[in-house]
Parts: sequence; structure tokens; C-alpha cells
Amino acid sequence: MAHGPAKGIGRWLFATNHKDIGTMYLWFSFAMFLLGGAFAMIIRAELFAPGMQLIKPEFFNQMTTMHGLIMVFGAIMPSFVGLANWMVPLQIGAPDMALPRMNNLSFWILPFGFALLASTLFMEGGAPNFGWTFYAPLSTTYAPDTVNFFIFGVHIIGASSIMGSINIIATILNLRAPGMTMMKLPLFVWTWLITAFLLVAVMPVLAGAVTMMLMDINFGTSFFDAAGGGDPVLFQHIFWFFGHPEVYIIILPAFGVISEIIPTFSRKPLFGYSSMVYATSAIAFLSFIVWAHHMFTTGMPIAGELYFMYATMLIAVPTGVKVFNWITTMFRGSLTFETPMLFAIAVVILFTFGGFTGLMLAVAPADIQYHDSYFVVGHFHYVMVAGAVFSMSGAVYYWLPKWTGKMYDETMGKMQFWIAFVGFNIAFIPQHFLGLAGMPRRYADYALQFSDWNMVSSIGAFMYGAAQLMFLYNVISTIVSGKPSTEEKTWEGAQGLEWTLPSPAPFHTFSTPPNVK
Amino acid sequence: MVSRVKQLVVYALSPLLLLSFVGQLARAEDAHASGWSLLNMTEGVTGVSHDIYDLHMTVVWICVWISVVVYGVMFYSMFAHRKSRGAKASNFHESTVVELLWTIVPVLILIWVAFPSTRVLIDLYDTSEADIDIKVTGYQWKWQYEYLGEGVEFMSELTTSEAAIYNLEPKTEYYLSEVNEPLVLPIGKKVRFLLTAKDVIHAWWVPELGVKRDAVPGFINETWAKIDEPGIYRGFCAELCGKGHAFMPIVVNAVSEEEYAVWLAAKKEAAAAQREMAKQSFTFEQLMAKGEESYNRSCAGCHAANGEGIPGAFPALKGSAVALGPVAKHLDVVVNGTAGTAMQAFGGQLSEVDLAAIITYERNAWGNDVGDMVQPIDVLKFKQGQ
Repeated sequence: MAHGPAKGIGRWLFATNHKDIGTMYLWFSFAMFLLGGAFAMIIRAELFAPGMQLIKPEFFNQMTTMHGLIMVFGAIMPSFVGLANWMVPLQIGAPDMALPRMNNLSFWILPFGFALLASTLFMEGGAPNFGWTFYAPLSTTYAPDTVNFFIFGVHIIGASSIMGSINIIATILNLRAPGMTMMKLPLFVWTWLITAFLLVAVMPVLAGAVTMMLMDINFGTSFFDAAGGGDPVLFQHIFWFFGHPEVYIIILPAFGVISEIIPTFSRKPLFGYSSMVYATSAIAFLSFIVWAHHMFTTGMPIAGELYFMYATMLIAVPTGVKVFNWITTMFRGSLTFETPMLFAIAVVILFTFGGFTGLMLAVAPADIQYHDSYFVVGHFHYVMVAGAVFSMSGAVYYWLPKWTGKMYDETMGKMQFWIAFVGFNIAFIPQHFLGLAGMPRRYADYALQFSDWNMVSSIGAFMYGAAQLMFLYNVISTIVSGKPSTEEKTWEGAQGLEWTLPSPAPFHTFSTPPNVK
Repeated sequence: MVSRVKQLVVYALSPLLLLSFVGQLARAEDAHASGWSLLNMTEGVTGVSHDIYDLHMTVVWICVWISVVVYGVMFYSMFAHRKSRGAKASNFHESTVVELLWTIVPVLILIWVAFPSTRVLIDLYDTSEADIDIKVTGYQWKWQYEYLGEGVEFMSELTTSEAAIYNLEPKTEYYLSEVNEPLVLPIGKKVRFLLTAKDVIHAWWVPELGVKRDAVPGFINETWAKIDEPGIYRGFCAELCGKGHAFMPIVVNAVSEEEYAVWLAAKKEAAAAQREMAKQSFTFEQLMAKGEESYNRSCAGCHAANGEGIPGAFPALKGSAVALGPVAKHLDVVVNGTAGTAMQAFGGQLSEVDLAAIITYERNAWGNDVGDMVQPIDVLKFKQGQ
């Protein structure tokens, strides 16, 4: 324990300590989560009743686009990078991340990337309005001039992700404590290792896509313009070659978190550890060869359509293995239901539901009806929010005592869980009905038969939004005035190196590597 | 706590169960159900849409049964293996047999689903031997239908008023799903749709026809439908295409073969009359009046009713160089559009009368005072002179 943190703002600006950087990532991503959430509230308020009440359709499109971009790139991804920064060194017995200065850089370019993106809201022409999937030519020929800010924002965010991933890979492969073999790694570490490889593989593809847009818009090329010999559908292939692995990038670390929490509160080792590792690898591999299932209505040749249908259906197998393993871990355990466990169980229930609708979407002929309808919106919020965001909430409650040395208020935690759980389902179950009934997604206004369920959905969304403010309150009040919780092992059933450290974890940990038997 | 667990079980399963029960109920209900009862996919009125519905329900039921087992085991553990009930944790943590079992069984279920899916998909892709060909062209934000080989084509646009959208007028039954002119199709005939777009990607979706296909600029996609029952079927644009995305509905009027023949003959006559009209002359006042009406329908969406456009997105026409400059350039921009921008080529979308009136209006409205006018015959000559 050579020295403590620096004093003043310099501690954060020049941070190289994995815990400080992790903390900054977590706070930054939560700020982005609130911003993206505010956009969602505007969307749901406008959709509360038919007719345009609050905003204009052009601004509505900016809101749906910014909501998606901010949530995916600003909230969920950086939050898991923050979690990795905090937990990977602690879980593998490393003193810090392998590349601490790059760690600083990868965090500190993020606020600039998002400032660039968000600044378009105040410019003439407005923010990006072409959806978070930014299909050409709506995002090229027909985009507002501010699209160039969006493109550079995405480049910066992508560079940050790539650096963060390289750091995580380098840390896991090089800094494991003696005796910590690969097949002893905690699952959170495993899922992040695989996620990091996915990120390094696909973020450059996204960078390529936006660069081609930049060329089309400013330098007269025609990658995505049929009039110049290009192809708008090419954009979708490139985007989804990035985009499908991207959704697993979001969900795999969440699986890792669940695989930590469930054994702890079941007081029983994780069932099928090695099959979990293989299933995660299988999901990662499949993620590269199924992208065009997002494009079943683009008029692909039937051979392509059939191939992508079969390949996509296969994903259900390794995903099913994971769910079965979690449930078998709980089976004949000794269960308690603290807040992290509630979130973990909710993830298993709701993510499985999102998996079912995912299987439905994989069936190409049926997807002809589901595609680009609210059914899809319901589906991906079940996997993105109930999968990734719920597990992130669970992770914060789970490790907060280790980070702060203080215990959150269990009653408040449980209350927050139940409001989030009920609000979430009220918000998103009706969206499945709306989609099946024929309501397309990204609609600023809708026909009257869709009024009832839209109203219900909006009420649920407001409830879920309120739960996040309560979450913020819970975290702050724990830090400020939580009951001290200084024992090393916060949870009775917890396993792993992080629980051999004092709480709160000191500024420098594992300066001498632990011995893993 | 027990009651909470029970509640949870019911709560977790209810969406799926509800979905399936409603699927059964929906069979009995008519096609224009609304509000709370809208829960499941329509069975539709074509062979393909029925097949899709059956496939959908098969997968829903598979999911229901899997979820009964999976959630059942889970809730049983949550109830029976609680620490508060004195449960002691076992230590088992692997079993190759079990792992293999729950890998193989899902694979078999998936193969079972893959067979009918493949059959339906192949059917859905078979656009051969069509009786009628309709070219569907997506525009920001309307559809154009062309009856290939018949010389009949028209634009189909939303008729819901701006006032109704902004809540200044009450909303009528078919709010946002009504158009000036529906696509008329005969029942019992195989109709092939050839889809394309003039600007961005749109998607033509009519749930009851079981048809959704992207309309991609520069490419032609094919799909088909054979409608079994006469009726009016409504659909929407399903690919984000800009600010008017929610405001370009689709209405299909399926009629008997005889009615269709009568309608088509009348349309052909009207088309001939329209061509005649282009040769007449109009007074300045007539052109301005007609121009205001056509401008508000076709141009005001971007350039605004007051001609001021939307700053940063769509240029103002009030005081613009094109509107105040030589008439040839003005004609060129309106008829051919401006490459690389959102300005469409309206030459093929609007009649010569409309084009002449709009150009005259743009040159003389909102304080623009060029003072000249454009006759339909000028537009015709401009087009032919190209």
C-alpha cells in the first residue's frame, strides 16, 4: 500500500487506478442512463394518447434516435466497462488493469464523444433523426447536416470501447494470480473476456460503416446510393454485422453478473460451470453468422433467408443451456431473496420471456408480420432492459458494500425492485400486443385502435422511470449514510477473491498476488 | 411470502397464456376489433397470412409449454428451497447427462419448427404466374400505385387533417389510416407487388394480407397476395422514412372481379381526360387557387405552408433564388428534383396541371412577386424537351 489517492480534481483527471476509473465509468453511464431515460419519458408522454400533443414528429424521431444511441452506447456499454474495471482485477487477484494509462484515455474521451453527439440537439437541423440503426439513405442523402457530428461521436465512442476491450483482454490473459487458471475464472470474467473479443472484432466494422456514410455525404462517393452504383441494403448488412454481435456485447456481461449472484444467494456452486463457458463462446460465435435476421423483409434471396432463419434458431440452444443452468443452481439450494437476488431472478424470468419472443422472431415467415412492429420493441426491451439493465442494478446492490464499506437499506432496495419490475412489465408487455395488432415502431402518432395499450405502456414507463430515481437515491444514501458493513464477506454464500478483501476495498489491492488453490 | 410467490407465477405466465387464449377468441371476432381486445396477430384474408398465423400460434404454444416447465421448476425451488424454510444447500454442480439432454431436446424442437417455417417461406417467395402486377412506389410520405400494362397510376395519400392530428378537430374512426384513393384489387386473383422507392427506404405492410416488404430506392422487390374475402384492409409504412413515417397509411379495397373490371375501365377513362386537361390554359387566379391547394398537399410537408421551410433541414421558398429566378430552373427543380438532397422529382408524381399551378403559386405567394405564370402546356413541353 504505497500511497493513497491524489488530492482534488487531479485524482480523477489523471486517474490510473482501476477503482477510480471504474467509479467514473459507473457514474458517467448512470448520468447517460438518466438522459436516455428522459428521452424515453418524452416519447412515452407523446404516445400517451393519439394526436401530437407535446412535440412535433421531426423532434419525435430525434428522441427515438437519441434514446437508442444514448442507452446502447452511453448507458449500458460503459456501465459494464465500469463494472469490469472494478471487478476484473479483484476477481482475478490482479493489482490493477494491465494498461492503466490507456484506461484513463478510454474513459476520458467518452464525455467528449457524447458531448459531440448531444450538442446536435441545440443545432440547426436538430439531432440525428434516422433511428439508432441509421439506415442509409435516410442517414446520408436525407440527413440533417448535424449527421457529421454524430459520425465523429460514434468514432470516438468506438475508439473508447476498443481501448477498454484491449485493456480487459490484456488484464485477464496476463495478470491472473498464481493458480488462477482459465477454467477457474469467475464467470463474470469469462463473459467479459469473450465480450471484449467481440468488441474488438466489430467496433471497427461500425467505424467503417459511419466512415462510408461520411464519404457519401461529403466526398461524393455512392456506397449506399443506388443512383451511383451503390446499394442501400449494403448499409444494413454492414450495420448488422456490427449490430448483432453488439446485442451480445450488451447481454454477455449481464449473464456473467447473474452467474455470480445466483450461486451466492442459493449458497450452492454454479451448476455446469464449464458448459456455461462453452455456451457463452457458442453464443459469441453464432452472433457473427446471424446478422441478416434483422433484414428478413429486405428481399434477400430465399437461400439467404432460410440460412439466416436456421442459424438464428440455433442461438436458442446455448441460451437455453444458460437458463437451465441458473435454474438448476437454484434447485435444492438454500435461497434467500436480498435485492441483488431479486434482480437476478427477474433477469432469468424476463430475459427468458425475451428469448421466447426472440425465437418467434427467428421464424422468418412469421417475422414478416412482426418485423419493425412494436412487437420487436417489446422483444428487445425485454432483453436489453430486463436482461442488461436489471442485472446492472443487481450488480450495484451486490457489490456496493464492497465498494463503499456500507450497506444499502434492504427495504428501500426491495421497494425499488418491485416498482421497477411491475413498471417494466406494464410498460413492455402491451407493446407486444400493439405490434401483433399492427402498430409499426418509431411512430410519432397512431391510429385509434392502438390508444388503450399505448396509454398502459406509458403509465408503466413512467413507473419504471420513477424507480430509477429511487435507485439513485438508494445509492447516494448508502454512500452518505449507509450502515457500515466492513466484514470481508458481505454475503454468506459469496465465493471469490473479491470477498477476501476488506470492505471498502482499499485503494490498492493484491499488490502481493494471492495464491489460488 | 407464499402468496407473493403465487402471484409471481401467475404474473409471469399470464402474458403468454393471455396471448394464446386471445388467439382462440380472436378467431370468432371480426377483423375490425379494437382497443383492449387487440392482443394477437390477425389471421388475415390470404393463404399466406393464415399459414403465418398458424406458425405463430405453434411457436407461441411451444413457448408456453417450455415456460410452464422452466418457470415451474424455478418457482418450485423458490418456494421449497428457501433458507427460511430450513432448506440446506446441496453441493451438486455438474451432470453431463443433464447437460446433453437439455441441448438435444431444444434442437429437436427447433427442427420440428423449421419444417413448416421452410414450407411457408418457400410459398411466400413464389411470385410466379401472377394475374395482376402492381408497382408500388414509396415516396416521402405517400404511396404510388401503378397498374402495369393498364396505363393507370395514382398517388395514395393520407386524408386525415393536420387539425385532427394536432387535436384541433375531433378524430374520426379511421384517423391516420384513411387515404384519398385506396389500392383496388380483385379477390381470388394472384396479385404480384413490385416494390421500390424514390427517396428513402419504406416498407409496405398490410397485416391482413400477410405482406410486408421493403421498398428500396434503386431496387425492385417482389411479393404477392391472393385475397380470399372482399373488404377494406388497412396497413402502414413499416420502415422509418423521416418525419412523415407515421402519416403514410395503406388502404386496400378488395372487391369482386366484376367490380374491379368496372373500376379499372373508369380509371382508364379518367386518365385519358387528365391528359386532355394538360392542353388547356388557365387564368392566373385559377392557377394560384389550384396551386395553393396542391402546394399544401404535396410541398408544405417540408417547405411549410408559409413557404419558410424548416431551418437546417428544408430550405425556405419565400425569397429563394429558385422561386424568384428564371422559370426554366424552377421547372427543372420541381420536375426533376435535386440530386443528393431530399428534393424529390415531382415530374412523375403530379399532373401537369398540378405542377404548373404549384410553380405559379411558389413564384407569387408569401411576398414572392415574380408576376409570371406557368401553364400546363409549358410543363409538358419542358418534360418533352428533355
